[in-house]
Amino acid sequence: MPTALVAEVAGRLARRARWRPLEYAFWLAALASVFLLPGRHLILTEIAWLALFALSLDLILGYAGIISLGHAAFFGLGSYLAALFAKHGIINEPVLALVVSGLGAAVLGFATSFLVLRGSDLTRLMVTLGVALIMREIANQIPDITGGADGLQGVVVAPILGMFQFDIFGHVAYAYCLIVLFILFLLARRVVYSPFGLSLRSVKGNPLRASSIGISTNARLVAIYTFAAFYAGIAGALLAQTTAFASLDVFSFERSADLLLVLIIGGTGYLYGGLIGAVIFKLMQDWIANLTPQYWQFWIGLVLVLIVLVGRDRIGLWTGGVRALAERLMRRFAPGAAPVPVPPGEGR
Amino acid sequence: MLTILFDGIAYGMLLFVLACGLSVTLGLMNFVNLAHGAFAMAGGYITLVLVNRAGLPFFAGLPIAFVVTAFIGALFERTLYVHVYSKSHLDQVLFTIGLVFMSVAAVDYVMGSQQVFIQIPSVLQGRFEIFGVGVGRYRLLIIVICGLLTVALQMILSSTRFGSRLRASVDDARVARGLGINVNAVFSLTFAVGSGLAGLGGALGAEILGLDPTFPLKYMVYFLIVVTVGGTSSITGPFAASLLIGIADVAGKYYVPKFGAFVIYTIMIIVLILRPQGLFARAAGK
Repeated sequence: MPTALVAEVAGRLARRARWRPLEYAFWLAALASVFLLPGRHLILTEIAWLALFALSLDLILGYAGIISLGHAAFFGLGSYLAALFAKHGIINEPVLALVVSGLGAAVLGFATSFLVLRGSDLTRLMVTLGVALIMREIANQIPDITGGADGLQGVVVAPILGMFQFDIFGHVAYAYCLIVLFILFLLARRVVYSPFGLSLRSVKGNPLRASSIGISTNARLVAIYTFAAFYAGIAGALLAQTTAFASLDVFSFERSADLLLVLIIGGTGYLYGGLIGAVIFKLMQDWIANLTPQYWQFWIGLVLVLIVLVGRDRIGLWTGGVRALAERLMRRFAPGAAPVPVPPGEGR
Repeated sequence: MLTILFDGIAYGMLLFVLACGLSVTLGLMNFVNLAHGAFAMAGGYITLVLVNRAGLPFFAGLPIAFVVTAFIGALFERTLYVHVYSKSHLDQVLFTIGLVFMSVAAVDYVMGSQQVFIQIPSVLQGRFEIFGVGVGRYRLLIIVICGLLTVALQMILSSTRFGSRLRASVDDARVARGLGINVNAVFSLTFAVGSGLAGLGGALGAEILGLDPTFPLKYMVYFLIVVTVGGTSSITGPFAASLLIGIADVAGKYYVPKFGAFVIYTIMIIVLILRPQGLFARAAGK
């Protein structure tokens, strides 16, 4: 293998993975919100775990092309695990409980990943949906452990690292969620810009060709599905820890469907889609729910229908436009920098 | 034991009438329509308004429910669905989920969120015994109506000109177009009839399945299970799948109430693992 080629590939990968100014701006804004918006920390907390959940879906939908209608299965499992750990004092320390809950969800993800390897989009939809429904039914049928339809009450979450106690204004909760989100985002970013991430994209683009150039398609899909389940589990655990509650609602179909909307609003396949989508979705939901508390689902549905009728590609254009503008600005301010192609997002 | 079998068959037949439209449209246009249950709900509520409020007889309400729902189906198909056929499955899923959410909230707004019942004539209430088997009159009616419909559908599909056009379109839409079959018109008509049948099923099933605004969400899974287990290439596949699921569900809920809900999901996942194309599908796929 010519070393020059290896060096060039490595160089290209490194250039793709370079941080862009807009990314710094995004995270600075997130950091600023901790200090500048103390009155909005409750909804910001929701945005943070929703963003992590959407990031998890983006990993399998945007990068591997797996359509899932049952991603709530992992979210819910993580949620119940975290709540149960805290309630029965099995793992008192929230960060450790968070990781273990995520690992629990990852085990489920690994076990069910073999089901999504086969069949068409419809089969995948059905299987993922079926898994989420079965999880919900299990939680419903063992009320001794999960509290059944009443939800799991009486959860007391210990201070984080033994130092920071959750307060009712959600200040600690928001900082906690944001830090977890940031760390996991860095990890996800590292993964999708690695050769492994590149191979995922090729599997999504054309599984047959990918396998013919020596990529073991199934192993990649299993790996990313498990990884995404870990993320979803952590998102669910964050919800349980910040609200000190878990109910059957965490497994609901609406949750999986809303999640798709979140990701579609932000755009798939560039990691920030889920994050931006979560911000827009929560603000929109908050605003609509204030107008019509009972019927907000109608407007959510309308948004979904309109997005599809207008076309996701066209909606993707504005995020693409913003990104292209950012690239241009960056080149102007840093003339020596090599041009970085805008990653073609908006995959199907 | 036989009573359970009987109830299961009635339930399965009902599922078939509800879902057969979905299976044909899925096979014909490869279109994932999660909003199929919304048409069933529309049929149920139309009958409810006609029978309970306007005082029409139950048997007059059923055909009207069919016609009106078919009309709504045709309208939606021509104005909205037609833009989405060429899009990806993800778009179709998003689009139809959006429709489901809208229909749920709209019905909630207009009709209220409580569960409602259609007044059925006293002739149909109660049950009688044949050879020691308890037979619910209403369930017998369902079996008779759905059985007749199934036979009629099978006749239409197998021995009319439209039926052969439809089968040709399902087999290979491109070649069918090449032969001069107007596949889009065939599809529109099929979609309308499928929606109408769903509406009829919704009206008939209100008594057994219950009717409230979350109907499309609650039974979406059942319809999809029927279609995925039965395959989309014929109507005998979904028919057999409906009966299997109806009987399994009723028996499961009766014998092992604690695990009742798992039975059908487990069946579905096992079938999908072993036969991703459906239990009764032909091997050749598109």
